[in-house]
Amino acid sequence: MAFDSFSAFMAMEGHGPYVWSCYAMFFVLMMVMMVWSVRSRKAAIESCRRGYEFQAGKLHGDSIESSSEKSKVAYSAPSAAFERVDVSQD
Amino acid sequence: MWQFFHKLGSPKWFFGISTRFAPWFLTGGMLLLVTGAVWGLAFAPTDYLQGDSYRIIFIHVPTAMLAQSVYIMMASAGVVTLVWRMKLADVFVKAVAPVGLVITFLALFTGAVWGKPTWGTWWIWDARLTSMLILLFLYGGVIALDRAINDEKSAARAVAVLTLVGVVNIPIIKYSVEWWNTLHQPATFKLTEKPSMPAEMWVPLLLSVLGLYLIFGWLACVRMQTEILCREQRSRWVKEFVTTGRV
Repeated sequence: MAFDSFSAFMAMEGHGPYVWSCYAMFFVLMMVMMVWSVRSRKAAIESCRRGYEFQAGKLHGDSIESSSEKSKVAYSAPSAAFERVDVSQD
Repeated sequence: MWQFFHKLGSPKWFFGISTRFAPWFLTGGMLLLVTGAVWGLAFAPTDYLQGDSYRIIFIHVPTAMLAQSVYIMMASAGVVTLVWRMKLADVFVKAVAPVGLVITFLALFTGAVWGKPTWGTWWIWDARLTSMLILLFLYGGVIALDRAINDEKSAARAVAVLTLVGVVNIPIIKYSVEWWNTLHQPATFKLTEKPSMPAEMWVPLLLSVLGLYLIFGWLACVRMQTEILCREQRSRWVKEFVTTGRV
């Protein structure tokens, strides 16, 4: 340990404010960048999922309208794609 | 060799392999960076000339080195984009440009704060500082140019050309401390010589440099995956990944 006490460690012979502000800025910006990157990746996956759900729903709806005979089958066996899952944004 | 090159250009292959490696980058990077910083802050001896303000070196040098390395990587990816039209190279440039911007800002900020107690001024228009500021603007330029062009392919080409033009700045940064008489001290690490500082100082510095590079590797993986997901939304493997979680 290069310092005798914790207060000496914080003060760094008067250079404390310079050193600590550098480390604080580094820590904050790195954290923000890392959290932001992970969040945007999650958001991208979420938007893909919503796109697929929308597509699946639309295709299914079309088939019911166009062929009335097959519609009973479609109703009796709902596809898994119809099930909506609530996923929180966090 | 060519097969490997071909594979490297495949977004699906990259997505799979980066998913496997990214956690290791993050864990290793965090361990090294935290060790380097704690060692440097609390255990490394005080500098006889600069006192304790020199402890800023343990984040200043890693950020400054990475800021330049990221730009060189972007320029290399720019060559690949222009010559081989590899999509993944362009994905890389777009994913890491904001990271480069933040890292360059950190290098400038920590440098300015270090300059105050050491030189007595936050900022001077000397060669090293000015060329680093230009690097910051180059990163900003790359991001702005990419956002300004809607068409994906023309944006990729324009951005690649800009990164290549900007790469002249890198040797200027590197040699500015030798070519001109500047306030900035010469390089801490050189490949050809032993460091001029004692091991208790340069070992933690080396650890934090390696740590920051690994964290950059992780950031690049995560951000490239995001970009790939947006671009390849319609492909079957992305659909499979989103629904099953497997690549």
